[in-house]
Amino acid sequence: MLKEENKIFKNLHGFEDWKLDGAKKRGIWSDTKEIIKKGSDFIVEEIKNSQLRGRGGAGFPAGLKWSFMPKDSGKPHYLVVNADESEPGTCKDREILRNDPHILLEGCLIAGFAMHAHKCYIYIRGEYFLESSNLQKAIDEAYDNKLIGKNACGSGWDFDIYLHRGAGAYICGEETALLESLEGKKGQPRLKPPFPAGVGLYGCPTTVTNVETVAVAPTILRRGAKWFASLGNPNNTGTKIFSISGHVNNPCNVEEEMGIPLKQLIENHAGGVIGGWQNLLAVIPGGASVPLIPKSICDNIKMDFDSLKEVNSGLGTAAVIVMNKSTDIVEAITRLSHFYKHESCGQCTPCREGTGWMYRMMKKMTLGAAEYQDIDKLLDVTKQVEGHTICALGDAAAWPIQGLFRHFRPEVEKRIKEFQIDRVA
Amino acid sequence: MKHPGLTNIVKEDSNEVFEWSEDSFVKAKKIITNYPTGREQSAVLPLLDLAQKQNKGWLSKNAIEKVAETLSMPYIRVLEVATFYSMFNLEPVGKNFVQICRTTPCWLRGSEKLTKIAKDVTGSNIGEISKDKKFTIVEVECLGACCNGPMVQINDDYYEDLDENNFKKILEDLKNNIKTKKGSQIGRKSSYFKRSS
Repeated sequence: MLKEENKIFKNLHGFEDWKLDGAKKRGIWSDTKEIIKKGSDFIVEEIKNSQLRGRGGAGFPAGLKWSFMPKDSGKPHYLVVNADESEPGTCKDREILRNDPHILLEGCLIAGFAMHAHKCYIYIRGEYFLESSNLQKAIDEAYDNKLIGKNACGSGWDFDIYLHRGAGAYICGEETALLESLEGKKGQPRLKPPFPAGVGLYGCPTTVTNVETVAVAPTILRRGAKWFASLGNPNNTGTKIFSISGHVNNPCNVEEEMGIPLKQLIENHAGGVIGGWQNLLAVIPGGASVPLIPKSICDNIKMDFDSLKEVNSGLGTAAVIVMNKSTDIVEAITRLSHFYKHESCGQCTPCREGTGWMYRMMKKMTLGAAEYQDIDKLLDVTKQVEGHTICALGDAAAWPIQGLFRHFRPEVEKRIKEFQIDRVA
Repeated sequence: MKHPGLTNIVKEDSNEVFEWSEDSFVKAKKIITNYPTGREQSAVLPLLDLAQKQNKGWLSKNAIEKVAETLSMPYIRVLEVATFYSMFNLEPVGKNFVQICRTTPCWLRGSEKLTKIAKDVTGSNIGEISKDKKFTIVEVECLGACCNGPMVQINDDYYEDLDENNFKKILEDLKNNIKTKKGSQIGRKSSYFKRSS
């Protein structure tokens, strides 16, 4: 279990003051100037050495991403923080935004400086009203105390942070859709390349990065890359906020070491599965987009990027959705299919048409009102959608269905059989 | 899923005029300064939101035109934004816009029961304004408070850790204009549970 002293987010649940005074007591903004004085190369190198991987879902090495920003492009550089948290199951950034906004702002300054940006936009999902109002107050406080703005923290670096509220589109969590939305357009993803580090917001070099990734940076730089890398497993280092929801006794957000066994995570922090561990059916380990894993895998799996990849799933955003044996597993995945149908931006045909088709087929499967061969047809369609769209939403819509049939195909076949018997009767 | 934010038809009322209130205009001007010169279009989301707040929770054709005029944008560019994002309602809504999360994490914890209660208490169907004009009930996709599910959003506020009883009471209180408790309904802080060990 993660020791209290190794926790990065000391006020995750909001028991302490989230404003500037409280933040300073927790050591935030204490020696920001000294960190910046060490130079941008040092910061990027240190983040690389810490092996921090992006916390937004894809798990891309953060230091490497930051190093993609050109040194001298002659254009303004932008840091864009992705706070459009909409992946079903995920509510970790929300706790940072409302209970510890200053840790994010300090991270913005340091990350922004490291990538030569003077401006930062925080794109927060529109529904988070309380969170954006707390964050705005924190930004105002930081300006009043000269922590950001001209000569931020006395470091000689000018840095502005602006809050931008979204308006309820899941797709805007995709980095290029987010940039389109920030430019005042429909949130439809752009073709890559060019990548945002070359041509991003307003055609300028931009890095889009998740809230949690930015927020852990100051602590890594204070305590050293070695400390961060000593937690977790190689290539899967550090701590991570896990959101545990669904059929557990105490659903909660908790910061834990990467690579913690799933069983331990659920039993120590979430009060165990409702009805006991034996009553567990399946777990979606990383937010709606990743395939589910059945209990037999859950018994021994470690929660990190590489371990979950080995079992054909993924860590994603580390949103653990627990389902016990009372769950209609087919309906659970059908609801996710409905979600993707609803959130598809409509740009690429395989996704626009495919998500609707897959949802309708899944709905039939829930009732059993399908034919046996429909299962293979459905799986075939998921393969046709996967990898044939501009962004990963098509993949994300396909994977949960593939995961369902990988582990629960007999359940669906049973339903089809029962339905056919009923029809004959 | 009937939802006033998902329609693509703009309502026009020839008698209605939309002008920025003094307060909104000051706010709008400040928002525009957040973006570089020549990139004022970026302010379209916040300005539509502002217009919607001023216009009792929905955007009429006149309101959309006003935003277009303020930002010197073609009407069609603002319209496509207003129809794309689900938070912009293109039809009038009741005083309390109740959005019930229906996605898997909330569903696992019983969000279906909430929909039933909402229909019973307000006497209206999904996506319709109740007779007393106090409610519009809609089902929406994930609102990002999964550890506190099932949850609903009523206007700007989240109501979390709901069950049939406390949700019924919230709706009845809103009906009778009684102030309601926001956030977690079982009195926990954020998503914190005391550890048993």
